[in-house]
Amino acid sequence: MKTDFRYIRRKVFGTVMLGLSLLAALAAVSMLFWILGYTFIKGISAVNLDFFTKLPTPVGVPGGGLANSIAGSIIVVGMAGLMAIPVGIATAIYLSEYGRGVFASTVRFVSDVLAGVPAIVAGIVAYALVVTRMHRFSAFSGSVSLALLMLPIIIRSSEEIFRTVPDTLREASFALGVPKWKTILSIVLKTASGGLVTGTILAVARVGGEAAPLLFTSFSNSFWNFNPGQPMATLPVDLFNYSISPYQDWQQKAWAAALVLVGMVLLLNISARLYLARKGFKR
Amino acid sequence: MADKIAVEGLNAWFGKTQALHDIDMAVPENSITAIIGPSGCGKSTFIRCINRMHEEIRGAYSNGRVILDGEDVYGSGVDPVLIRRRLGMVFQKPNPFPTMSIKENVVAGIILNRRLGRHEIEETAEKYLRRAALWDEVKDQLNRPGVSLSGGQQQRLCIARALAVEPEVLLADEPASALDPISTAKIEDLFTDLKERYTIVVVTHNMQQAARISDRTAFFLSGHLIEYGTTDKIFTNPSDKRTEDYITGRFG
Repeated sequence: MKTDFRYIRRKVFGTVMLGLSLLAALAAVSMLFWILGYTFIKGISAVNLDFFTKLPTPVGVPGGGLANSIAGSIIVVGMAGLMAIPVGIATAIYLSEYGRGVFASTVRFVSDVLAGVPAIVAGIVAYALVVTRMHRFSAFSGSVSLALLMLPIIIRSSEEIFRTVPDTLREASFALGVPKWKTILSIVLKTASGGLVTGTILAVARVGGEAAPLLFTSFSNSFWNFNPGQPMATLPVDLFNYSISPYQDWQQKAWAAALVLVGMVLLLNISARLYLARKGFKR
Repeated sequence: MADKIAVEGLNAWFGKTQALHDIDMAVPENSITAIIGPSGCGKSTFIRCINRMHEEIRGAYSNGRVILDGEDVYGSGVDPVLIRRRLGMVFQKPNPFPTMSIKENVVAGIILNRRLGRHEIEETAEKYLRRAALWDEVKDQLNRPGVSLSGGQQQRLCIARALAVEPEVLLADEPASALDPISTAKIEDLFTDLKERYTIVVVTHNMQQAARISDRTAFFLSGHLIEYGTTDKIFTNPSDKRTEDYITGRFG
């Protein structure tokens, strides 16, 4: 029968397409696992207690670690967060709760453009704004470049989160005679807090692995430094420097740095998901 | 009975669309007034104009006067935030604050505006949960989230929350339309009790409900107030043909 033939043809076509899309998904995922697996195999042998607790040793001297650049990464990214998170969330509040008209859509457009700016351009800007004026490389200038990268991510993700807060809650608060600013602080921010934390963690994870903007801002340092006005070692920059060096020992350290960096990003992502799952969407 | 609210020449718009045309209506004190009419007739817009919630919608505005105890709600120098504390509102869908416990929800309108001691919070929460006929059902779980309650309980929680601000008027926008018959009956009983202390204006889709609980009924159609009178009169002997058609179910 004719109808039967059509039915079979559709069914076969559907199955083939499903198979193809599965194959594509598999290819995408296997690349990720290949990267993770390769980094793990290459790097695990150099990851030991010394790696996390000792300073780098000169070429040829065995042992040593990258304790200073692990700490440096945390400091540089942390300072970037201190700059970008409050500004980003405040901007998102403006856009979702007050933003109407030309100014708001301009801000939205600019933050979208900023999100597409290559990381190295953010580095150049920080170089021009901070490094040339301070006349030296510094952790602070590195944080400025990372903050520039974080800002648009935080703005857009936070605005989305604020929009998921139902208007009925804002209305309920207005109807109780609560002023708008108080409604935003006590109802909107509180209801959105789970999503805000998650979005912020993901933004931190996203910039934590950037090397390009730090190459000519926070630069590098073979010693302990906790002064934001001085050059500071970071994991991504050390990874870059060590991997292009001709020394086998350093190349080994670069793989270890890559593994630790991937591990930290993974940890941030997992903690963001766990936080969201625990907190849950209550509505 | 004295008039608690007098609406005079009220018009309301959403952008270019006019939602209310020249409404004049007086609401007597300590009574229940029902607003009926088909969907989109302006019922909700009408009560949202009374407590100035209409203007919170983007592009929405209104003109005319709403006199509350002799004072124009829209008068110059009247702060909508303060006027809303005198005109409590309950919405169609129960909307307790999801981050707050049952107890915190009840006192939310107070603690968002001023500090309240722990003891005061307990007392206030109990007082208004009792007044909203919810106390017996929730007294052992005051610290659980407000959203953990059933729909009908959530709606009474929202009524308790509205009453805790000590309003003089309670505006209810289809408060029982999302609830089952038993919860609906509880809300209706509650309103009948509450009218001793408050003036109540309730929008409803349910004509039996209007007939059961209200003293006066207003019939709205396409933004016009068609007929307004005692509930008895509207339901037994309406003077307008359109009112009769609506209440006998010929349209709407």
